[in-house]
Amino acid sequence: MKISVIVRQVPHQESVLKISKDETWIDEENLVFITNESDSYALEEGLLLKESQGGEVVVCTLGPERAGQVLKDALAKGADRAIFLRDDSFDRLDSQGMARAFAAALKDEQFDLILLGLQTDDIGNAQLGPILAEELDLPHATLVVGTEMLGRRVKVKQEQEGGWFQHIEMDLPALLTIQSGINKPRYASLRGIMAMKKKEIRDLTAADLGLNTSDLTPDQVLVRLYVPPKIKDTAFLEGAPDEIVAQLVEKLTNEAKVL
Amino acid sequence: MGQLLIFIQQQDGIVSRVSLEALKGAQELAALLDHSLAGIVFGLETLPDELADIRLDEVLLVPAPELTVYSPEYYVAAMDEILSTESPALLIAGHTYQARDWLPRLARRRERPLISDCVGYHHNGELFWVRQIFQGKISTDVTTTPGLVIVSFQSGAFRSDDLGSGSPSVRTLDIDLSQVPSRVYPGERFQDAKSIVDLDRAERIVAVGRGIGEEENLALARELADTLEAGLGSSRPIIDYGWLPHDHQVGSSGQTVSPKLYLGVGLSGAIQHQVGMKNSNCIVAINKDPNAPIFEIADYGIVADLLEIVPRLTTVLKERQEK
Ligand SMILES: Cc1cc2nc3c(=O)[nH]c(=O)nc-3n(C[C@H](O)[C@H](O)[C@H](O)COP(=O)(O)OP(=O)(O)OC[C@H]3O[C@@H](n4cnc5c(N)ncnc54)[C@H](O)[C@@H]3O)c2cc1C
Ligand SMILES: Nc1ncnc2c1ncn2[C@@H]1O[C@H](COP(=O)(O)O)[C@@H](O)[C@H]1O
Repeated sequence: MKISVIVRQVPHQESVLKISKDETWIDEENLVFITNESDSYALEEGLLLKESQGGEVVVCTLGPERAGQVLKDALAKGADRAIFLRDDSFDRLDSQGMARAFAAALKDEQFDLILLGLQTDDIGNAQLGPILAEELDLPHATLVVGTEMLGRRVKVKQEQEGGWFQHIEMDLPALLTIQSGINKPRYASLRGIMAMKKKEIRDLTAADLGLNTSDLTPDQVLVRLYVPPKIKDTAFLEGAPDEIVAQLVEKLTNEAKVL
Repeated sequence: MGQLLIFIQQQDGIVSRVSLEALKGAQELAALLDHSLAGIVFGLETLPDELADIRLDEVLLVPAPELTVYSPEYYVAAMDEILSTESPALLIAGHTYQARDWLPRLARRRERPLISDCVGYHHNGELFWVRQIFQGKISTDVTTTPGLVIVSFQSGAFRSDDLGSGSPSVRTLDIDLSQVPSRVYPGERFQDAKSIVDLDRAERIVAVGRGIGEEENLALARELADTLEAGLGSSRPIIDYGWLPHDHQVGSSGQTVSPKLYLGVGLSGAIQHQVGMKNSNCIVAINKDPNAPIFEIADYGIVADLLEIVPRLTTVLKERQEK
């Protein structure tokens, strides 16, 4: 089975974020970057499917130079090769622009399955999967928390609201977006890290992908970033830990009356 | 005067609450832009009761049999056809799990932007869509190129308690989907074995998040919960890591709770968590990051290392009980 997994590099959840001077993004200096959470689960699902079905896992990302690290991490965990979409003109692509780039890179490879995370922890559009499925004319399922291969079909368990699930079958080739918790992502072994160094990372630019300016012009733009306005007057309890605890017990007893 | 469309999601004839909230937003926008407002309902032959007397100019019913059960290929094809004949300025929907599944695909088919998971908008001649990014830590204003814009509104972005009164006219659209190829075969919906932990009934809940750091540290939260006679809840990552079974999860894909006291420990308060607990009476948050979104909804905030606070709190509460 030929599987592609599309992973994005995002700032670590505990990053202290500072809005940049021009207010259109954040300052990236001093940030630690990692693989987006649901994408790590998507990669693991791809590796597990390869192990049970045979085949190949090709990992892809689009981003600046630093994003090459998520490809190396995936190769060290067992992905077979990598595709890196990298071009200065990719800087502020919207989801449809990214989908055009990924589609151009993947369309001739005849993948049986394309896996993505369900949502990024930075911009959080939750869009790229279904858009790419449309771009490549593939059936898709989102919010996948289980997969099972049935010959030329895949059966997925889809998470729905309020504790409900649904089984959905799809003809291959198909595209899935993976929800966190579907599996236990592995760590790279020392051997994996050594093997990674010999694996192929193919760089592709806008020109390689045959993308022109109109393909790359976004239809939506983040014009300004700002700190969310406060809606609630939180009473912050301050002082040394013992003082904070004393205040809290007092407030919960006498003010909120919940103890 | 132009037109706005609001997609109203239903399941077995019951309208989704998030859709009704988005409808409120759509009503505001229709007034602001001086546009007419039409609701769209898929898979029903008659108007759901909830829509019979609210402020909407009309409701378009699309009873095609392929739309009775949700499937993205048919939904996209049906709405694509509607957008070709109606040409609205905006298509609005609630940001439900279903919307996440088919609206992006529709947006691509129309080659028009989807602004997903919006919390609001502002307008000064031009429309700006407000989204939260970085899991609610930063807000952003989004603009689009001219033309149709598809917008999904986050749960809670608007309040659905006052949808005005009216008597929308009903128009049935005959859309033939029999030629749409389908490669997706939906099965039955089901729930996993009923949960044993019924957080719903707990008067107090101590909920842990990823900030707890290590599985061993869960004992600290458990001890605090026991001392408070509270239920133990958690955010999603704790469940994903296998540290607690799924029935402890609070949020959009877990339980919805509204205890007297909700003490959130080392959780950031992402929207998917908030929707499950924001109606708690008294919310206390302990988090080392003063900008964590949980403080947006907390009554009492403690900016500190939970390892410094939680054990001390347990000790003080125990001493109090012994007295
Ligand atoms: C479709 C969908 C459904 C989802 N459903 C749910 C759901 O039902 N429930 C849910 O919870 N999430 C859900 N999520 C995930 C959600 O988006 C967040 O990723 C998740 O809630 C984050 O969990 P967290 O707050 O524990 O972790 P993080 O966001 O990583 O936050 C950890 C927090 O701990 C703080 N911290 C770290 N160390 C310490 C310390 N020593 N002392 C004090 N504070 C510390 C950090 O400052 C940080 O704020 C869903 C996501 C999607 C896309
Ligand atoms: N620049 C990118 N590079 C690689 N994958 C991406 C990129 N942006 C989004 N994705 C993938 O698409 C999924 C959904 O992202 P989004 O629609 O942006 O929330 C992510 O979980 C990733 O799997």
